[in-house]
Amino acid sequence: MLRYIGKRIVGVIPTLIIVVTFVFFFVRLIPGDPARLVAGPQATLEDVEVVREELGLNDPIHEQYISYVTGLLKGDLGTSLRTKRPVAVEVSNRYANTAKLTLMALAWSTVVGILIGVWSGKNRSKWQDYAGMTLAVSGISLPSFWVGFMLIMIFSVNLKWFPTTGADSLKSLVLPSIALGSSIAAIIARFTRSSIIEVLKDDYIRTARAKGLKEKVVIWKHAFRNAMISVVTVVGLQFGFLLGGSVVTESVFAFPGLGSLLVESVNYRDYPAIQSLILIFSLHFVVINLIVDVLYAVLNPEIQLD
Amino acid sequence: MAKKVNTKAAGEAASEKTDISTPFSEFVRKFKKQKTAIAALVFILFLVVLSFTAKFIAPYGINEYDYNSIMQAPTSAHLFGTDEFGRDLFSRIINGTGISLSVGLFSVTIAAVIGTVLGLLGGYYGGIIDSIIMRVCDALFAFPGIILAIAIVAILGSGMTNVIIAVAVFNTPKFARLVRGKTLATKNSVFVQAAKNIGAGDMRILFKHILPSAVPDIIVQYSMSIGSSILTASSLSFLGMGAQPPTPEWGLLLSNGRTYMMSSWHITMFPGLAIFATVLSFNLLGDGLRDALDPKLTD
Repeated sequence: MLRYIGKRIVGVIPTLIIVVTFVFFFVRLIPGDPARLVAGPQATLEDVEVVREELGLNDPIHEQYISYVTGLLKGDLGTSLRTKRPVAVEVSNRYANTAKLTLMALAWSTVVGILIGVWSGKNRSKWQDYAGMTLAVSGISLPSFWVGFMLIMIFSVNLKWFPTTGADSLKSLVLPSIALGSSIAAIIARFTRSSIIEVLKDDYIRTARAKGLKEKVVIWKHAFRNAMISVVTVVGLQFGFLLGGSVVTESVFAFPGLGSLLVESVNYRDYPAIQSLILIFSLHFVVINLIVDVLYAVLNPEIQLD
Repeated sequence: MAKKVNTKAAGEAASEKTDISTPFSEFVRKFKKQKTAIAALVFILFLVVLSFTAKFIAPYGINEYDYNSIMQAPTSAHLFGTDEFGRDLFSRIINGTGISLSVGLFSVTIAAVIGTVLGLLGGYYGGIIDSIIMRVCDALFAFPGIILAIAIVAILGSGMTNVIIAVAVFNTPKFARLVRGKTLATKNSVFVQAAKNIGAGDMRILFKHILPSAVPDIIVQYSMSIGSSILTASSLSFLGMGAQPPTPEWGLLLSNGRTYMMSSWHITMFPGLAIFATVLSFNLLGDGLRDALDPKLTD
């Protein structure tokens, strides 16, 4: 087991290197002079030259790369052009908010998605199935920003149950996490359904039914457990997409998280911040995928670990 | 249960005697049973026609300002109401159809073509070519969907063309992986060996013998990706990184409406419904195609 985990961790290293390298060149691909951007429109040629020297842009490219990577390892993400503060500080102020939001969205969408999926799957081709799957296909087709607006209009403006914006309390997380999780819940429901249908065809289900077990026990103890092995992978993958989705949802709710920080940074052309945020999002995605892979191997006895 | 399967199988055997069954006729036969998918296809065709004729049938111009009727709720004169400049929302939305459809079609078509070629080459030749292609795909997959699109738009600047490029880039690895897998699975099969033995060139083998077996999967992925690409593109416009005013792009219309959300709900409501209906029909079509093309599913 440990050997397998070790192997998977080593396997991620090339991807990490490519991601970091991509992000490094990202700023250098932007048309225009980064030093000029940092110095601002009023800067004189001398000022720009000073900034260029400060940023190390006169150094050979491989030295810049090495200093970028060593900076990253020390937790140095550069300085925001917009706030003139270290990007790392900006990020740490908002990190917990996005973490709470995505985890809450993941939690409810997993539970609801699995319940709808099992319900549809065990009642295949009956009205429950059609109802569940209509709901699910609508879920993946709804623009999350529109869902967000509708939620705000109904539950904060008209009913006044929840605040429209902010991240001050658990209450303020409810609507954004619904908007963020709805498409994920739909994807999980669709996947769980097909997984359950697949498992219900297996011989051991027939055996379980033949020995007179209650349908409830057959579904939840036998079918569900085995169907979950593949559902875990999907849930894990969706976590990455939640990170992406948070960009849109946080903008709708003016939620102070990493996603809205990314949008603000793009609009301000704050390249050090954009660069770091893209790096943070993708590092999380890579690490989550790694955890999912390992979890899948742990859960699935059929996988030969070595 | 078992009985049902038997009678069905017998029925199929009987029909095979009378018709000549080709993969395509088999597909058509199965697809005809997908009522929802057919309805979705009809709706998509309607949208295509609408996108070409919108200019002529729209009751008002897309930038026809009317300061006497600002932010009116839906009436018979303005079916979807008017916006903050008194522009007719119905006319703007139907004129936006072509924008969303073409973004979806262009970006996914580009991704499908490039991804398919990369997948064929990687899967067939293996070795260093395959490693490079797959590492690049891994790296692209390491950015959660819209984040990659935002990164690309940040480099290229905002605008619809750049959105198409961005969405194409993040869709490409999906097709590359899919086709590579298919290529690996078929490249050692008997018919490919036979083609090799009679002296077929690599390109002929790749495009005439291996590619056709991947086509069903490509079609399903294609139609599923269009829905999600339209969503992503409209999200980018919503965030201010895609279409710029006064383009009647749906995500942008919705974003404009948010300022007036409290007083005029219709400005956000209708563009959202337009996106939903369009994406939904592509997803339903994709589901139907998948069921009709899946050889494992027996009705």
